[in-house]
Amino acid sequence: MNNLLNSYFVKTHKLEISITIIAVVLFLIYFLGAPHVFTRFPIYRAFMQSMPFFGIIAISATFVVTLGEIDLSFPSIVGITSLIFGIIMTSTDGNFFIAFILATSLGMFAGLVNGLLVTKIGIPSIVATIGTLFFWRGLVNVISQGSGIAIVDVADGTWHHMIFVEKLFGKIPMQFIWFIVLTGLMQWVYRYHKFGNHIHFVGDNKASAQMMGINVDNVKIIAFVQLGFFSALAGIFTMYEMLYFWPTQGEGLMLTTLAAVFVGGTSVFGGKGTIFGTFIGVLIIGSLESGIVALGLSGFYVKFINGLMITVAVTVYALIQRRKN
Amino acid sequence: MAEELLKLQNIYKNFGNVKVLKDVNIKINKGEVVALIGDNGAGKSTLIKVITGVHSPNSGKVFFKEQEVQIKSVAQSRKMGIEAVYQERALCDQQELYRNIFAGREITNSFGFLDIKKQRKEAEKILRDYIGFTSKAITVDSQVMGLSGGEKQGVAFGRSLYFNSDLIVLDEPTMGLSIQETEKVLNFVKGLKNENKSAIFIDHNIIHVYGAADRFIILDRGEVVGEFNKEDISREELVQKMIQLHESGKIKVED
Repeated sequence: MNNLLNSYFVKTHKLEISITIIAVVLFLIYFLGAPHVFTRFPIYRAFMQSMPFFGIIAISATFVVTLGEIDLSFPSIVGITSLIFGIIMTSTDGNFFIAFILATSLGMFAGLVNGLLVTKIGIPSIVATIGTLFFWRGLVNVISQGSGIAIVDVADGTWHHMIFVEKLFGKIPMQFIWFIVLTGLMQWVYRYHKFGNHIHFVGDNKASAQMMGINVDNVKIIAFVQLGFFSALAGIFTMYEMLYFWPTQGEGLMLTTLAAVFVGGTSVFGGKGTIFGTFIGVLIIGSLESGIVALGLSGFYVKFINGLMITVAVTVYALIQRRKN
Repeated sequence: MAEELLKLQNIYKNFGNVKVLKDVNIKINKGEVVALIGDNGAGKSTLIKVITGVHSPNSGKVFFKEQEVQIKSVAQSRKMGIEAVYQERALCDQQELYRNIFAGREITNSFGFLDIKKQRKEAEKILRDYIGFTSKAITVDSQVMGLSGGEKQGVAFGRSLYFNSDLIVLDEPTMGLSIQETEKVLNFVKGLKNENKSAIFIDHNIIHVYGAADRFIILDRGEVVGEFNKEDISREELVQKMIQLHESGKIKVED
C-alpha cells in the first residue's frame, strides 16, 4: 500500500486521483440515496444528453485557464454563432456546410478578437472578455430582435441531425460520443502536442517562455480562437438537440463550465492543469442538479451544494499545491 | 589574428524617448569570454537582448561569422548558434526537466506531436554527460521547482552545450548562488574556451568576472566607455576604474 502511494504514477497524478475519488464518492451518495433513479438507465442517458453542451466548452476552456487567462465571453459567442447558424440554415433551406462553416468561423473570429485585445492591446483577459460578453449578446439581441428561430423543418431527420444528437443503438446520445472523442483528442494535444506544451510554458512563466523562443502572443491568440471554435460547436450541438434558437442561448453556461474546469483541478495561476480532471469536473457539475433532486432535496439546494463542491475542491488543490512548495 | 564571431556596429536602441543604447560597437572572437560590466541601467541587459533576438535595434548592423544578419527572434538567434542562459528566467518551474530542455524547439513529428521518448532520452544524456548530475533525486521527470539555483543554471548550461551553440550569453550567471555553486558556474565558463566556444556575460561581481573573462567591456548609460584585455589590467585596477566611473561619470584613459 505504501509502495503504491509512493509510486511515480500516484505522485504525478495527485490531482486526477483526488478528483476521481470525489466523483466516485458523489456517485456513491447518489446511488445509495436514490437507488430507484440511479440503478436505471434513463438518468445516465439524460446526463449523456446534457453534459456535452457545456462539457465541450469546459475542455476547450482548460487551455485558456492553463495560460493563466480567463474567457468570460463564451456564453455570448455561443449565442451569436447559434443565431448565425439558425439564420443560414433557414435561409438556405438547410445547407449544413455553409451554416457550419460560417458559424464556426464567426466563433473563431470572436476568439481572435479576444486574443488580440489581450495580447496586442494588453487588456487583462477578465476585463476584455466581459466587454465582448456584452458585445456579442447585445448583437444577438439587436439582430434577433428578441425572437427565436425554429430549425426543425430544415434539420430534423437529416443526416447531420443524426450524427450530432440522435441515439447510437437507440441508447447513447451521439453528442456524448463526440464529447468523449473530443476530450481524448484535446487531452492528446494538451499533453503531447507542441501547442499544448507551449500553453503550459506560457502559463507557467510568460517571461521564461519568451526567452525560450516561444511566441507568447501567438499561443494566447490560438487558445482564444480554439475556444471560440468550440463554443460555436457547442452551440450547434444545442441547436440540433432543441431544434430551436432562442436569444438567451448560452446564458447560464458560464458558471457551470468554469466550475467544471476549476473543480477538475486546473490551476487558476496557470502552468498546470488536466483535461481528464475537467472531464470528471463535467461529470460532477453536470450531475449535481438531477442528483440532488433525486436524493429528495428541493431544487433550492442545487446552487448551495454546487458552491460547496467548488469550494471544497479548490481548497483541496490549494493544500496539495502548498505542501509541494 | 583571432577569428571574429560576432560584431555589433553602431547599435542604437530606444524605448520611446529613452535612448538605452547609443552607438555601441562590440566585437567577440571565437573562443573568447567577454564580460560586460556597468551599473544598473547602463544598458547591459538590453545589449544582450539585442544579441539574443528579444529586442531589435533601431539602427546599426550585426555581423555573425562575418555575415551581416538581422536577428528578429529568439528562435532565429538560437538557430544561428547563439544561446542565452538567464539566471532567473532560464526555466519554467512547474514543468518537467525534459520539457524545459526542449521548450521552444521540441522534437516533434510532422504533425507537431512531441516525441516524448526521444526528448526524455536526450534529456537523460544531457543530465548525465553534460551536467554530471548524479543525484537520484533529480530525474528528467522532475519539476524544476525542486532544483537549487546552481542546478537550474546547470540545466540551462547543459541545454546550451547540447544544442552546440557558438556563442553563449550569460545574464548574471552567479546571482543568488552559493560560493560552491558559483565556483561550478565559473568553471563551466572557463571550460567553454576549451571547446572554442565564446561567451558574453554580465555580472555585478567584478571578482567573478575577472577570474573568468578574457576581456572587459564597460558600459555606462548606453555607451561603451572602456575596453580592457585581461593582460593589460589587474583586478584592483579594474575595480578602481569602476569606482572612478561611478564617482565622476567617466573613465580616465591613461597612456
